[in-house]
Amino acid sequence: MKYIDNLPSMDLMRSEKMMFAQLIIPVESAHRAISYLGELGLLQFRDLNDDKSPFQRTFVNQVKRCAEMSRKLRFFKDQIHKAGLMPSPHPVSQPDIELEELEIRLAEHEHELIEMNGNSEKLQQTYNELLEFKMVLQKAGDFLVPGESHSEETELDENVYTNNDYSDTVSLLEQEMQPGPSNQSGVKFISGIICKSKVLRFERMLFRATRGNMLFNQAPAGDRILDRASNEMVQKTVFVVFFSGEQARKKILKICEAFGANCYPIPEDTTKRRQITREVLSRLSELETTLDAGLHHRDAALTSIGFQLTKWMNMVRREKAIYDTLNMLNFDVTKKCLVGEGWCPVFAKTKIQEALQRATFDSNSQMGIIFHVMDSVEPPPTYFRTNHFTNAYQEIVDAYGVAKYQEANPAVYTIVTFPFLFAVMFGDWGHGICLLLGALILIAREKRLGSQKLGSFMEMLFGGRYVLLMMSLFSIYCGLIYNEFFSVPFHIFGTSAYKCRDATCSDARSVGLVKYRDTYPFGVDPSWRGSRSELPFLNSLKMKMSILFGVAQMNLGIVLSYFNARYFSSSLDIKYQFVPQMIFLNSLFGFQGRAYGILGTSDIYNDEEPDSARHPHESHNEEFNFSEVFVHQMIHSIEFVLGAVSNTASYLRLWALSLAHSELSTVFYEKVLLLAWGYDNFIIRLVGLAVFSFATAFILLMMETLSAFLHALRLHWVEFQNKFYSGDGYKFRPFSFASLTDDDD
Amino acid sequence: MYGFEALTFNIHGGYLEAIVRGYRSGLLTAADYNNLCQCETLDDIKMHLSATEYGSYLQNEPSPLHTTTIVEKCTLKLVDEYKHMLAQATEPLSTFLEYITYGHMIDNVVLIVTGTLHERDVQELLEKCHPLGMFDSIATLAVAQNMRELYRLVLVDTPLAPYFSECITSEDLDDMNIEIMRNTLYKAYLEDFYRFCKTLGGATAEIMSDLLAFEADRRAVNITINSIGTELTRDDRRKLYSNFGLLYPYGHEELAVCEDIDQVRAAMEKYPPYQSIFSKLSYGESQMLDKAFYEEEVKRLCLAFEQQFHYGVFFAYMRLREQEIRNLMWISECVAQNQKSRVHDSVVFIF
Repeated sequence: MKYIDNLPSMDLMRSEKMMFAQLIIPVESAHRAISYLGELGLLQFRDLNDDKSPFQRTFVNQVKRCAEMSRKLRFFKDQIHKAGLMPSPHPVSQPDIELEELEIRLAEHEHELIEMNGNSEKLQQTYNELLEFKMVLQKAGDFLVPGESHSEETELDENVYTNNDYSDTVSLLEQEMQPGPSNQSGVKFISGIICKSKVLRFERMLFRATRGNMLFNQAPAGDRILDRASNEMVQKTVFVVFFSGEQARKKILKICEAFGANCYPIPEDTTKRRQITREVLSRLSELETTLDAGLHHRDAALTSIGFQLTKWMNMVRREKAIYDTLNMLNFDVTKKCLVGEGWCPVFAKTKIQEALQRATFDSNSQMGIIFHVMDSVEPPPTYFRTNHFTNAYQEIVDAYGVAKYQEANPAVYTIVTFPFLFAVMFGDWGHGICLLLGALILIAREKRLGSQKLGSFMEMLFGGRYVLLMMSLFSIYCGLIYNEFFSVPFHIFGTSAYKCRDATCSDARSVGLVKYRDTYPFGVDPSWRGSRSELPFLNSLKMKMSILFGVAQMNLGIVLSYFNARYFSSSLDIKYQFVPQMIFLNSLFGFQGRAYGILGTSDIYNDEEPDSARHPHESHNEEFNFSEVFVHQMIHSIEFVLGAVSNTASYLRLWALSLAHSELSTVFYEKVLLLAWGYDNFIIRLVGLAVFSFATAFILLMMETLSAFLHALRLHWVEFQNKFYSGDGYKFRPFSFASLTDDDD
Repeated sequence: MYGFEALTFNIHGGYLEAIVRGYRSGLLTAADYNNLCQCETLDDIKMHLSATEYGSYLQNEPSPLHTTTIVEKCTLKLVDEYKHMLAQATEPLSTFLEYITYGHMIDNVVLIVTGTLHERDVQELLEKCHPLGMFDSIATLAVAQNMRELYRLVLVDTPLAPYFSECITSEDLDDMNIEIMRNTLYKAYLEDFYRFCKTLGGATAEIMSDLLAFEADRRAVNITINSIGTELTRDDRRKLYSNFGLLYPYGHEELAVCEDIDQVRAAMEKYPPYQSIFSKLSYGESQMLDKAFYEEEVKRLCLAFEQQFHYGVFFAYMRLREQEIRNLMWISECVAQNQKSRVHDSVVFIF
């Protein structure tokens, strides 16, 4: 026992020792102190103002200002994105600016941008109108010039145009629409342009409104035009409606307005039309240059913002986080200090004190920040210091439940047992090498992939890259033992110990092989493939192996419960839980005949002593309830007894999955690849190869990996962890700038 | 197959029912309302809402907020959710969902027609329309001069067309007959919706007929109260009541002859479910009646969520959200106009 206590402590075995600390911070240094703590990221603040709504808290105005600033920044980002520029990810190093200054600058930039947008929008609108007018002139003109008879045209009365003064087209566009009368018969027309999607309904409406007394002509406009309402480029259609009567004109104009159709008057006279077209074209080109200049100006402004944007966003995000944290603090009675409480790991104490001292010094405060340790009723949070490699394994365990404070952490063993159990089911060194290559690619690109946003699937793969690495290494190892390379056995470790009875080898399947030399040195003998001894041997090997692994792992679990009990110094748990469990489990497999007797005793042991204080840290403030503990212990012992059998049976999945994997790859190899190779036809071989590689990649490498992964996961979560792991803790979430992400706002 | 919806409902409706129940859990709670009622400025309201599901809709609004902006953005959220559900729905759920919007369509038609009558700008009117009740040619309503034209030009293309058969006249439009048109349309709509729900059968029919009957009865009471002292004859009034509901037919006979609010009350108190509503009011009072009805409606709508495998939840959710938006509008208005003492007058807590 002494020996165990003197062992050096494992980092990951127990979560970090935590302490509950109180901070008393003078108001003048509060902001700086919190910001230093945020950089350190080792203190989890407790919300002392839980009962207050967000806008009743002290620093609500600052939070609002930060929200307003981040709104502006989002606006800039949006504008930059719309302009097709990229905000530069690596900000140019510029002198740090104060938040107040930033606020002013942001307001200036926003004002400037909005003004520029307003100007260019006006210009754009005029430009659009002219463009539409041009199209109407071009297309609608064709309707007015009937192909065969020009007689009508000659009858046209020039005088009717006198009210249409085309000297200034823009002012004309703003005038009330003027329908141009067509000829003396009283037929007038209105021309304009409308979204292509609305044409049908528009025509139907016109037909109904005029009771069919109209003629509707349409032609698609050539280019796409910006639609004012939706701000998208849309196809439009030019139309000309011929009608008669004043009533109809009013109605048609109203309908045009309702459908968002823009009406443009055009003269019937060809020469006049040409003249206007020329004017419109010249104005268009003028406007185009103005627009381009405006756009250029705006892009320049946006680019200059873009250089700073990422930095500003980070800054605002940090400020907001600081004020949100400050809002969790309380004022003390004198109103001169802020009081905060929170959890931090014991090892971080000096670092935190250092940061606080620095804050006091940097803000020239007269008073130091008081940091002292307090007692807390709440259980402390769980914090494991993980690295790149161990993180994924810790995540696997945490997905089941976060460890109780300081209880034995299964992740330590999971690092080896998880990939190993996976490999038992996935033993094929060919497939293992494929996985290894994938894992190595992910690891080699770690830096690049880590900094960019990945899709959910890739992110999962990337997060588990070290799990994948270990899984592939172990499956190469297990594959060598099973002697399978894409299900093909190889003579790697010397020659086989067996040979056929005769030259034809015809009775290998029925009678068997003859041993003629020493046993094959490592793994399964390659000659057994397809022989009589293959399946009986492999089945027996894998089945026994699974049970042994299972019992070993479950024993490990029970041993861990012993360590837990020792750690929390509850001798009752050792005597009446660990010992009977150990005896029961091992006797069940050691001496099956005596299992019944022990089963009785272990039950009695468990039931007799229900008052084992299983939670020494909490027990003193929890009321002891005999019946509850009794029922709990009884359930626990029944569960264990039943579980011992069913969990062991559950480990048989190792055998089943491993068999399935090897059979499946054999089928793909023999029935697809070899079959295709039997033909002396290039195409059939190619098809066979393609089918084989697709089946290998998708079924064996993806589906089988997933299924073996899930089964290994289950074995750890259920069969292993239920022996000792309570997993009802909560994670340590320190206030840290590093954990602030884009999604926060 | 009444009682056997559980077998087949989830094939088509399961996903959307889960979605709508998820949406429902995003409704503001009494705690939220308490916090909202304590707000001092509209910015406070925005800040509080930013912690709710409305957050992403309001976060990009620049700071001097207006009540209309808040209401507009909240409505936008409802519309987005509705469109999402409609896009996912299959028959007959999609038809059911469309039925929910017809009420807004009627309101929009009336709004535009009344507006053009008073020579308002069409674009301005369009902005005031409820986005759920929009249809393609709604702006063209301004062209119409009388009911017949209204029908022939525009409404014949909309789902409202069959409801119009009752009120096609060649009379010119005026305030009075527009109001009658609204109620006639609404009557036809409710009856049609009721019939439709009956054909769906099962729990949907059961729950929806309850909810629609309540709606019909509430309209009947409102019509009665609003028409007291106008030139509407008893027979005309009688014609505007929907032909189903708890009050049909005998309650309608009584309501049709009522001359003042106390007579309405006497007629209504014969019906136990409505007795509790009227018992909250003092005699001669009708201002608080709306709120009392809303509270009763919210209670009934919440109950619709207690049962599974029916379409009533969609109707209930839309109605509850609309009530929530009304609440937000009222709170924002009170805050904006410094009338915080009146905040509780019209807010109906949902949970």
